[in-house]
Amino acid sequence: MKKVKVFITLKESVLDPQGQAVMQSLHNMDYQNVKDVRIGKYIELEVEDSADVAEQVDAICDKLLANTVIENYRYEIGEEIHS
Amino acid sequence: MKTAVIVFPGSNCDQDMYYAIKDGLGEEVEYVWHAETSLDGFDAVMIPGGFSYGDYLRSGAIARFAGIMPAVIKAAGEGKPVLGVCNGFQILLEAGLLPGAMLKNKHLKFICETVNLKVENNHTLFTSLYKQDEMIRIPIAHGEGNYYCDDETLQELKNEHRIIFTYNGENPNGSRADIAGIMNKAGNVLGMMPHPERAADALLGSDDGLRLFQSILNHWRESAHAAYTS
Repeated sequence: MKKVKVFITLKESVLDPQGQAVMQSLHNMDYQNVKDVRIGKYIELEVEDSADVAEQVDAICDKLLANTVIENYRYEIGEEIHS
Repeated sequence: MKTAVIVFPGSNCDQDMYYAIKDGLGEEVEYVWHAETSLDGFDAVMIPGGFSYGDYLRSGAIARFAGIMPAVIKAAGEGKPVLGVCNGFQILLEAGLLPGAMLKNKHLKFICETVNLKVENNHTLFTSLYKQDEMIRIPIAHGEGNYYCDDETLQELKNEHRIIFTYNGENPNGSRADIAGIMNKAGNVLGMMPHPERAADALLGSDDGLRLFQSILNHWRESAHAAYTS
């Protein structure tokens, strides 16, 4: 089994109202040095090891985990998990 | 006209849709559970509002892979009227039957109120009983109705007159070009955030939504008649 860490972020061109609200709150807390906040998603998958894990994860992200109209994704395929 | 109302776990406007068609329109209507795989025998398909699968991951993302969806896509391909309202619109976007995506409302609030809409195109099977540029009052109830698409798609929607409804006056959710509802290229799939089924009887405060269903019925009668005489 491989652990796959998937990071989904909003595209640069897409406004992030949640991120803007969090940034406003940080500014209210006097963290004026925070210049931008973008909120994304982090998803962990445990996938049976095979030669085409990366190909499968690409398909999984394109089809379901990310909406590529508004989101980008990247992932890390981690070490073997021994159970 | 026999209409299917698709029911997902978490749909909550399915009964409103059912009664708008049964009592408002006086036509035959049936619920179709998401695990079904056929829509044969139905003349029109309604995807109602709600929170299918708890809006997990993204609104509509999981519903898009429900067992009934290949049949919805098939019905759309056959030219049958397919209407997605609110969460139904989100599902149609996720399924790729309509272009673009939904973002959280600009001010992050769930908005539940009756808004003014402008009918941007009345030359459609969904809007033929409205006047061009008519102002109508229809309720909205959503947290993710901030329609987004890229510049190219927006231009295409404008050029092809596929923006069907826009918010008139204040834009409640920050959607691009004040978009409240759009149609596919073929003209038989409409997605809209406002709820016409909640405005299908004057007792509900407005019956402006009823003409949308009547337009679909008129279209069906005309095409059924054309098929009969040809």
